[in-house]
Amino acid sequence: MKNRRGRALFLLLIAIGLLCAVTVAGGLLAGSAEFADFSRKNLPPCLAFPFGTDRMGRDMLARALAGLSLSIRIGAFTAVISGAVALLLGTASALLGGPVDAAISWVIDLVMGVPHILLIILISIACGKGTFGVVAGVALTHWPSLARLLRGEVLQLKQAPYIQMARRLGASWGRVLWGHFLPHLLPQFLTGMILQFPHAILHEASVTFLGFGLPPDQPAIGVILEESMAYLSTGRWWLALFPGLSLALTVALFALLGERLRLLLSPVRSQE
Amino acid sequence: MEPILNVAHLSVTFSRYGRGFSRTKLSAIEDLSLTVDPGQVAAVVGSSGSGKSLLAHAIFHILPPNSRVEGTLLYDGAPLTAHRAAEPRGRELVLIPQGVTYLDPMMKVGPQVCRGRRDPAVRARCREVLKRYGLGPDVEDLYPFQLSGGMARRVLIACAVMERPRLIVADEPTPGLDARTAQRVVGHFRELADRGAGVLLITHDLPLALSVADKIVVMHAGQTVDEISADQLQSGYGPSHPYTRALWRAMPQNGFAPPSGDLEEWLT
Amino acid sequence: MGHRLRFTARKLARMVLLLLGVSLTAFLLMNASPLDPLQTNVGQAALGAMSPEQIARLEEYWGVNTPAAERYLRWLGDALRGDFGISLLYRQPVLEVIGQRLSNSLWLMASAWVLSGALGLALGVLAGTRRGRWPDRLVRGYCLVISSTPSFWLALLLLMVFSVWLGILPIGLAVPIGAEHAGVTLLQRLRHAILPALTLSVTGVANIALHTREKTADVMERDYILFARARGETAIVRRHVLRNVALPALTLQFASIGEIAGGSVLVEQVFSYPGLGQAAVSAGLGSDMPLLLGITVVTAAMVFGGNLAADLLYGVIDPRIRRGAAGT
Repeated sequence: MKNRRGRALFLLLIAIGLLCAVTVAGGLLAGSAEFADFSRKNLPPCLAFPFGTDRMGRDMLARALAGLSLSIRIGAFTAVISGAVALLLGTASALLGGPVDAAISWVIDLVMGVPHILLIILISIACGKGTFGVVAGVALTHWPSLARLLRGEVLQLKQAPYIQMARRLGASWGRVLWGHFLPHLLPQFLTGMILQFPHAILHEASVTFLGFGLPPDQPAIGVILEESMAYLSTGRWWLALFPGLSLALTVALFALLGERLRLLLSPVRSQE
Repeated sequence: MEPILNVAHLSVTFSRYGRGFSRTKLSAIEDLSLTVDPGQVAAVVGSSGSGKSLLAHAIFHILPPNSRVEGTLLYDGAPLTAHRAAEPRGRELVLIPQGVTYLDPMMKVGPQVCRGRRDPAVRARCREVLKRYGLGPDVEDLYPFQLSGGMARRVLIACAVMERPRLIVADEPTPGLDARTAQRVVGHFRELADRGAGVLLITHDLPLALSVADKIVVMHAGQTVDEISADQLQSGYGPSHPYTRALWRAMPQNGFAPPSGDLEEWLT
Repeated sequence: MGHRLRFTARKLARMVLLLLGVSLTAFLLMNASPLDPLQTNVGQAALGAMSPEQIARLEEYWGVNTPAAERYLRWLGDALRGDFGISLLYRQPVLEVIGQRLSNSLWLMASAWVLSGALGLALGVLAGTRRGRWPDRLVRGYCLVISSTPSFWLALLLLMVFSVWLGILPIGLAVPIGAEHAGVTLLQRLRHAILPALTLSVTGVANIALHTREKTADVMERDYILFARARGETAIVRRHVLRNVALPALTLQFASIGEIAGGSVLVEQVFSYPGLGQAAVSAGLGSDMPLLLGITVVTAAMVFGGNLAADLLYGVIDPRIRRGAAGT
């Protein structure tokens, strides 16, 4: 039987490489994504333009890659911010307890009570829509589940007999944090953050699609798909199919990445 | 007499991942042999981690999928394959597990003892069996979380004797019980053996085993180290193996003596 | 019984408090917006068609001359009396617009809720009881694909296939274009709701199936399943697994209300289905603050109501809580 753990790590590296390649390629292609040539407009997919061209003769492959690159960068940025918020509020809630804990738990319930998409729209409006609006919206809505998870972990650790023992035996808080809390929390935190990527990317695209996110002059996937709506009934299927498909693939890669990482880092499940 | 259960050179191994990418085989039972005759209580005694419970799980074919079983398991003279175990399991061949966690927390006691059958004959039998172990009809209507430790064990025994068992495997049925309750629980096994069933009692408690068993099988680190009749062991002459001697000497009535030199010699 | 009542009262109080929090948050967010509704709408048909009193009231709500705290309190006072203000876009009381839109959305959301719940439970139990084998791989693959797919893109695809290529289902709207509201048959309504409901269900299944799978796999490793197998029980899934998965599944099912409400915003937009979600988008784009605020509060009330229902049902179903409360 082949070694599964080795295979999982190999897949992880491929996924990371692929995502990096898309990010870089999309960044480099930003120019050609904007390049309009009316002599080649509305071309269905062919060898020169595998994703076809749109009404202004723009290469849809370049546009899709540029859009993905934008999505990944925004996804990474927002996931890191919401991860930091989650870490801060989750551990503060568990360590400080009392009214702080009650207040943070209440805010978590509050944020979870409004569907993400609606809350992102509200935050985006508060920030005047646009790139800043959607980034703030996505970053400020995705932290509660991770914060709740980390809070639970820290609470459990705080009660754990071996932590109490370490404290009684004279270990400083710093030593306990470094030696016991960190090894427990770091895998949870990292996988939790990576698993936020897919949600963040999807929500950014959704909100942009609805018109509350990235401005129409950006080659974002949400913008591309919103434009494609107008050409659905005229049969230009490639405008919607390929950009959406590539977004789904990117998100799936991130989801797989997080899932694999979780399995590898979890002591119980890594035996499977 | 033909033994009801015959285990010969049984081994159970697990494969698991070690550090990094290495895969290791973990041997839990290495070379285990024992027999149980009808009407006999055979006690398997060993410290925790000696692989006792896995013996029970192997007999019932409920080991986890990453395990491997080798050696022979004969039930009533014929190999006990997974296919053949399916028939007597729960009827002739019954397991009495450790405690309340083996009862479905969301199901009342009555239906669990009846295994879900609702016909009046089964329910009458259930009532009768519970009564035999001092549990009133009201117990049928309780959920497992409402049972005390002793009640839970008695419910589990009731589960086992709903039908006519020929081989009863009791896997550590006494931890967490006070001495008197534990004594009563193992006393029930003696009764069952006196009615003709073979009983395999798996425990770490040698004095308790000695009080009911006909035969003691001593296990250490996955191996049978000694098989000796209870009378021989009781009299103090019999124990030939250093590990058995050490176990016997450590019993309260024998003065909690620490292991002597020959055990260390054997262990190294 | 007193215990149960106290529990309910505490949960209700918490829900009311959370709703207040939601309305205040939404109000503050809109208040912070640089997009001033009166500015955006000046000269537009919406504002032009309003009576002077309506405009005067609007200015009271959104004008800069009153402090935010006072405006919120006034809104709250009105809202408690059942007046959520006037929608700028629809020139109707907000509550009327919401009621109308919600009755359209309710069809959609209820069918998606039931369908995704039932299917998700079935798939999750199937995968969890056969962990690592092919049914599990298939279900997990499906969940990965679906949860990675933007729901609005899936809606676009379905629209392309069923409405444009095959032409068997209508492109959008809850009723045929130009039809009188009263003359719409149930069949027509259904035909228009099929694709949106399908999209919502298909996407909703993934989350429920994955979580149910985790719970099922967890239950499968418990001692009582081992014991049931050792006793030769045959209907283990029906007798033990479903029974023990039921409670977490219930929580999941009620927690999915929020997700379905969120999904309906996108799906309704693609299918131009005149429901609550589409109204939320229009309100947001048109800076119709009273309507957006109203929709936010109503949606949050649905989510919190779902949580409350789950909590209360738990107490009825879980014997540990039920008997615990009885004092045995």
